[in-house]
Amino acid sequence: MAKKHIFSKKRIFGEFSLSFPSMLWLIIFFLIPTLIIFAIAFKPADPLGGIGSGWTFQTILALKNPNYPQIIWRTIWMSCVTTFFTLALAIPIAYHIARIPPGRRDFILLLTIVPFWTSFLIRIFAWKAVLHPEGLLKHALVYCHLISPETLLLYRPEAVLLVMIYTELPFAILPLYAAAEKFDFSLLEAALDLGASRLRAFFNVYIPGIWNGLLSACLMVFIPSIGSYVIPDVVGGTDSMMLGNIIAQRIFVERNLPHASALSTILILAMLIPLLFFLKGKKNKVGRIKKSTRGIE
Amino acid sequence: MKEFLRFDHVTKIFGTTRAVHDVSLTIHQGEIFSLLGPSGCGKTTLLRLLAGFESPDSGKIILNGKDITALPPNQRKVNTVFQNYALFPHMSLRDNIGFGLKMAGRKKAEINVEVDRMLAMIQMEDQADRKPTQISGGQKQRIAIARALIMRPQILLLDEPLAALDLKLRQRMSLELSLIHDEVGITFLYVTHDQGEAMSLSDRIAVMNNGEIEQLGTPIEVYEAPSSSFVAAFIGDTNFFDARVLEVLNKDYSRVKIMGIKLPPLLCYNDKQTKRGDMIHFSIRPEKFQISINRPQVSSKYNILQGTIEDIIYQGDHTRYWVNIGEDWKIAITRQHTRFMLDEKALNWNDKVYIYWLADDGYMLEHYSAKDEDLVEEPPQVIGEEITGKDQEEPCKSNKESVLSSTIKKSQNGSSSNG
Repeated sequence: MAKKHIFSKKRIFGEFSLSFPSMLWLIIFFLIPTLIIFAIAFKPADPLGGIGSGWTFQTILALKNPNYPQIIWRTIWMSCVTTFFTLALAIPIAYHIARIPPGRRDFILLLTIVPFWTSFLIRIFAWKAVLHPEGLLKHALVYCHLISPETLLLYRPEAVLLVMIYTELPFAILPLYAAAEKFDFSLLEAALDLGASRLRAFFNVYIPGIWNGLLSACLMVFIPSIGSYVIPDVVGGTDSMMLGNIIAQRIFVERNLPHASALSTILILAMLIPLLFFLKGKKNKVGRIKKSTRGIE
Repeated sequence: MKEFLRFDHVTKIFGTTRAVHDVSLTIHQGEIFSLLGPSGCGKTTLLRLLAGFESPDSGKIILNGKDITALPPNQRKVNTVFQNYALFPHMSLRDNIGFGLKMAGRKKAEINVEVDRMLAMIQMEDQADRKPTQISGGQKQRIAIARALIMRPQILLLDEPLAALDLKLRQRMSLELSLIHDEVGITFLYVTHDQGEAMSLSDRIAVMNNGEIEQLGTPIEVYEAPSSSFVAAFIGDTNFFDARVLEVLNKDYSRVKIMGIKLPPLLCYNDKQTKRGDMIHFSIRPEKFQISINRPQVSSKYNILQGTIEDIIYQGDHTRYWVNIGEDWKIAITRQHTRFMLDEKALNWNDKVYIYWLADDGYMLEHYSAKDEDLVEEPPQVIGEEITGKDQEEPCKSNKESVLSSTIKKSQNGSSSNG
């Protein structure tokens, strides 16, 4: 018993020493800046764009701006819709990539990653060109009598959603593919064999099988979406402004850093909630695996 | 016997390989039917065609009088026990077993009753709430069988169900399988590459090779009267001989001359219709030979040859001898030990021995392919045989002899002290 105790202590120290460099990195470049942003929210604004001395609740009270609830709601809603559609596209894509022969699979995975070779900004401006009132897509749709010449494709929430889904798709495909690749596809055959329809086999067996990958994909899409700034700025209009745009406005236009910090804190909280759910879901899984190995011993 | 399942000229091609080629076979109700063959012989493809995971390029599959060729797997009254069990890892054992009934839309209370009945049958009532990762291989196997049987399939397909288990467990599970079969009375289609499993479990066996059925028969038929060199070599072990018929003595026996070696003419049982001058291939199983140092006094139906023991491989229940009958032609012979081995008259390396066998025990093959010779066990190669000169062989031999004789002495001492 005593021996085991020493061993586990040693092991804990070993694990800590291994993770120490990355912990240090995260503390200096992530945790401390986040706390600074949080602290600035309680500072008064300086009329010259700096931060005044002393502490105040003024900025927090100023958040009761009647426009904010709508923008916060829109930000969360748009991120949820983006996450939903991105996953709806990525799940079947990842499934098919995992089922094709390995040689061609690498090629398709490469195609998924290729967009990253071009700058994010250039890709968004490319979409702007595509959706532009004088763009090819508009002319083609008008020519086919699918839309009237007055319809605007650009500068509306749908355009923002389209470009967000386009941008996030690879981030969803990759974790979903990683999960699908480990999935035992004979389980689907077993489900069919036991009388399940293809759809029920998919939802009752495949989705639970890739559950962790699905959670990762959700976060990989939801978190960047909720903080998006460039996409609504370039392809969106005033009715598709998101929290990121307001924060930018507070910094660049009004030069009010405490106000921007308060909004950022709201944004961080909005990201934290799904993250906590995710960790809870994962933690249960880990606990189960540990218990099961003990069962075999 | 009533025809229950029929494969009617079924062919399946994957790319350029013919996985199953023009297979026709009939399975009776209630029997355990095995598809036996090496990997890639098409046995698993045939099973997947029946389960509905593959569809044939031509031919029909008829189950209980109904053509099921075009039905998807979820509409066939056929269930499969998969090789890796394919238990759903996120569900409890109870939910795994009840999955099929749930998909069929049965009521929860009803499902519970059925699942409990199944759990009782496989004697795992107390583990129903565990997950598949928490149980052993043999238990997974039982859950997989229960999950399939709860659907009351017309035929249960078993795809190498014991391959992942260790030897002792495999023997126990194969016994359990036959007990379950007796209890439920459902037709079993059993796919395996293990001849021992197939022989011990099956009512009938289809031996497959290259997508075709080489032979179909009871375990005794395929072992004792294999129709081709492949069946003879794949199931058990054997010795092959090419021969020419010298004369047909009567309707039962012929006298034949073995090709490629100088030997007296041998008496051979007429399995097939042969005429004088016909070329035949015949095969004799190693255990059909008897071996002795003195000339045996046996009837004229026996063939007797002389040879030298080249190798002795002791394997516990039996010993394998390699006897050189001249011109370096080695014959595999096995001798069962019905008595304590060292009490039997010892046979040593380089002993001159007589080998003899009843003419009825050799049989002629309908089909012969030279590459099947690769399937039979090869005589062991003496390492450094070419380097070691003639004169060095003598001390080596005497060394072996002395080791053996010393063990014999020891055992004799042992037995005397016991007595």
